[in-house]
Amino acid sequence: MSVGILSLIILALAVAGFFLGRSRALQSVQGDPRKLHSLPVYYGQTVFLFTAVPALLLMAAWLVVQPLVIDARIVGQLGPEVAADPSAATLAMEDVQRIASGLDALQAAAGLSNDEMRKMRADLSDIRGRMADVGVALGAEVNPKIFEMAKDFRDMQRGGALMMTLAVLLAAVAGFVWSVLRIKADFRARNVSETFVRWVLIVSAGVAILTTVGIVMSLATETIRFFSIYPASEFFFGLTWNPQFRGGSDLGLIPLLWGTMYITLVSMIVAVPIGIFAAIYTAEYATPRVRSVVKPLIEVIAGIPTVVFGLFALVTVGPFLRDYFAQPLGLGNSGSSVMTAGLVIGILNIPFISSLADDIINAVPQSMRDGSYGLGATKSETIRKVVLPAALPGIVGAILLAASRAIGETMIVTMGAGASAKLDLNPFEAMTTITVKIVGQLTGDLTFDSPETLVAFALGSTLFVITLALNIFALWIVRKYREQYE
Amino acid sequence: MTDISPTPAAMPRTHGLSGSLLTESPLMKSRNAAEARFRSYGIAAIVVALLTLAIMLFTILRDGTSAFFQATLSYPVLIDGAIVDKGGKADPAEMAKVTTISYARLLGDSLIKHLADKGIAVEGMTPKEVTDMISKDAPARLRDQVLADPSLVGKTINVNAFVGGRIDGYMKGRLTRESSANDSNVTPRQLDMADKMIEAGILRSKFNWSFVTAPDASDLRPEAAGLGVALIGTLYMMFLVLIFTLPIGVAASIYLEEFAPKNWFTDLIEVNISNLAAVPSIVFGILGLAIFINFAGLPASAPLVGALVITLMTLPTIIIATRASIRAVPPSIRDAALGVGASKMQTVFHHVLPLAMPGILTGTILGLASAIGETGPLLLIGMVAFVTNYPAGPLDGGFLDPASALPVQVYSWASRSDPAFIERSSGAIIVLLILLVIMNVSAILLRRRFERRW
Repeated sequence: MSVGILSLIILALAVAGFFLGRSRALQSVQGDPRKLHSLPVYYGQTVFLFTAVPALLLMAAWLVVQPLVIDARIVGQLGPEVAADPSAATLAMEDVQRIASGLDALQAAAGLSNDEMRKMRADLSDIRGRMADVGVALGAEVNPKIFEMAKDFRDMQRGGALMMTLAVLLAAVAGFVWSVLRIKADFRARNVSETFVRWVLIVSAGVAILTTVGIVMSLATETIRFFSIYPASEFFFGLTWNPQFRGGSDLGLIPLLWGTMYITLVSMIVAVPIGIFAAIYTAEYATPRVRSVVKPLIEVIAGIPTVVFGLFALVTVGPFLRDYFAQPLGLGNSGSSVMTAGLVIGILNIPFISSLADDIINAVPQSMRDGSYGLGATKSETIRKVVLPAALPGIVGAILLAASRAIGETMIVTMGAGASAKLDLNPFEAMTTITVKIVGQLTGDLTFDSPETLVAFALGSTLFVITLALNIFALWIVRKYREQYE
Repeated sequence: MTDISPTPAAMPRTHGLSGSLLTESPLMKSRNAAEARFRSYGIAAIVVALLTLAIMLFTILRDGTSAFFQATLSYPVLIDGAIVDKGGKADPAEMAKVTTISYARLLGDSLIKHLADKGIAVEGMTPKEVTDMISKDAPARLRDQVLADPSLVGKTINVNAFVGGRIDGYMKGRLTRESSANDSNVTPRQLDMADKMIEAGILRSKFNWSFVTAPDASDLRPEAAGLGVALIGTLYMMFLVLIFTLPIGVAASIYLEEFAPKNWFTDLIEVNISNLAAVPSIVFGILGLAIFINFAGLPASAPLVGALVITLMTLPTIIIATRASIRAVPPSIRDAALGVGASKMQTVFHHVLPLAMPGILTGTILGLASAIGETGPLLLIGMVAFVTNYPAGPLDGGFLDPASALPVQVYSWASRSDPAFIERSSGAIIVLLILLVIMNVSAILLRRRFERRW
């Protein structure tokens, strides 16, 4: 039974429980709700919650744990020497899973029963040929031992799914019966259901923590694995990036870091002046009508997906820069370059800086401006000498946040910056960034035990730490230097 | 300040202070010039920003609108029973054994015959050159059409078949005779023939619905590539993201705004939410790959995995928006509810939440709108795979079938070598932008309709 149908059944049971609980409560007082401790709906609500929530949680937990248990058992069958070696175990597991999915396809195509599948033997029937017929390509001849395990794997999966259905339904029915039986006139249904809801709220709020834990765990474990097969000093200080799929790669961070920082620098040179001047104009000069038109229009830029900017960089900006700047100046003839990516990321960051700076400038008290005008300063003098210094910490914070976004930007650099990792000063040269290489190393077929794949996690950790540090630094600056008015 | 200097003229005259208010002093002149300059910098900044936006949208519309039109040949084809239904029993199972190659021959022969009837010919053009003009996709479509309706056998039907991508590019002006001189996929005679066919009304540019509905096609058949799978994938993902984020986001916001005591646990949650909002999206892709695919064993390329990743990514944004709208409900409402004896939970769910709902929905729609264009993390969980089969329906496990997504389709088309795919890519962006406009406009309307000022 599929997870969707199972959840629908549980929800149906819970809704039925709601009505049953309510009517049972009313019955227990002969239809006079004044004699109940709580309003009748709360009796229904307790039944609903106790039926649905524990069962659905159990189902979610089961779905996560079951593959782990099955994997452990299959690996256990392979014998202690395989179980001790993680990479051999992963390889064997992959074989088992591929054959199992082939068997699924075979069963679906030929319409065989489970018993017939069980009787199939690798050394008697031509498994490889039959699987090729249903579109599952197996590399080598099928090892009978692995084939038996694949059959066990399928049985365990099926058994697990059946057990899950039973357990979840049992949990739902148990919650249903227990909460229905608790209903009496003096049962404090409102308090019970409110406490329950409160716990649901707390758990939901905890999802944010779980996400962070998930990010840190997934990054940290794989990064540690990477550093156990590739020396950390060579990663952090290596000057060449040259992954080889046969091993012996150079995986130095420095060229990628250089590309990232160079592109970020170019983008900030574009975005900071334009963003801040746009903010000054909308906050100080524009009439309310102009402001109400211009501000949303600039913010439209922020709503456009980054892949659109990526295509713009690839199709328009890149060739334009190449034909009118790079080639006439003799600086190279690559369409994708630091300049292309930097310019486009700069455009993307304009609304980010301008709307943050606009808020900050607006927060400077009017009395300071009035004081400056009273002394005879012109509007621009007031802005330069009074408003901007007062708003400076906030603006610096905004710039740092924008820089951290530029560092983490993926699509524009993937499409506009190129893929060759080099240390160069020429801004019209194609360079690459940390994010481009994360995408490059993690798309396509992956084997999770080679340094070439695992390096992506180390790059991800580096990126995470850099952006997190920039954000914390930005918040710290804003807090430390913020002028307290009034 | 009681004693005003009796003789102002005796004050030491600083430079530039002239006696007249009507003529500008040199200093004042330069100060006013600086003022005008400063102001024009601001205008220039805004003009630059808006101009780039306009250029970007213009290039995308210019490149992309032609993706919705496709050069189509229309001519009569006799569905010859001797070719497509050798047994003559009109049995679909039997007919399904006839491959597209036979249909290709059928289409090609009919075209040559039709051209001969009309007296259109190009000097030195071989029959193969003529039949090569038809898209490699057309036979498959004709085959599907005949298999779906076996009664067509023996009849003459009017077929609308795409021409190949190069001829299409020639009609759209993407390809000229000069630029195609060294192109092995098209000959000058084919272009001559195309000109004559246009004159005769056989070859026309038609609105192409299949760009929106058809699945992706391989590198060699840009004319057949469509957005169908990507659109379904995106819709599935958005649906799942909505049902994941809305309950969790609202529940978390209610807890943080209304119930959370000031302690280390809630501080920890607050810090986490604000930091997660600033984590680069690609890191969420790594999380999805490591946890959902590698650890939990969910299938790669599945909309469910994409939705889970995007959910985690948009939750902080939605929580921030939801908390703001809950906070905007004035305390007097809560005090009144508590005053007439409602419990804290009743106050929140019966009074605060309904009043905050329009704001919450607006924030959620805007959060979804920014999530719909997210590309980087989806690349990592394998949604960039080449998928030509539609995922199954939502109740048949379609959420676990491989699918693509609109922004990912934009990326994967843009990275193919044939320039015809750049047109497709821009066309896909137009569809994506239309979706975004719809979502944003509905958010604005919702806000206008239900917004309350307290």
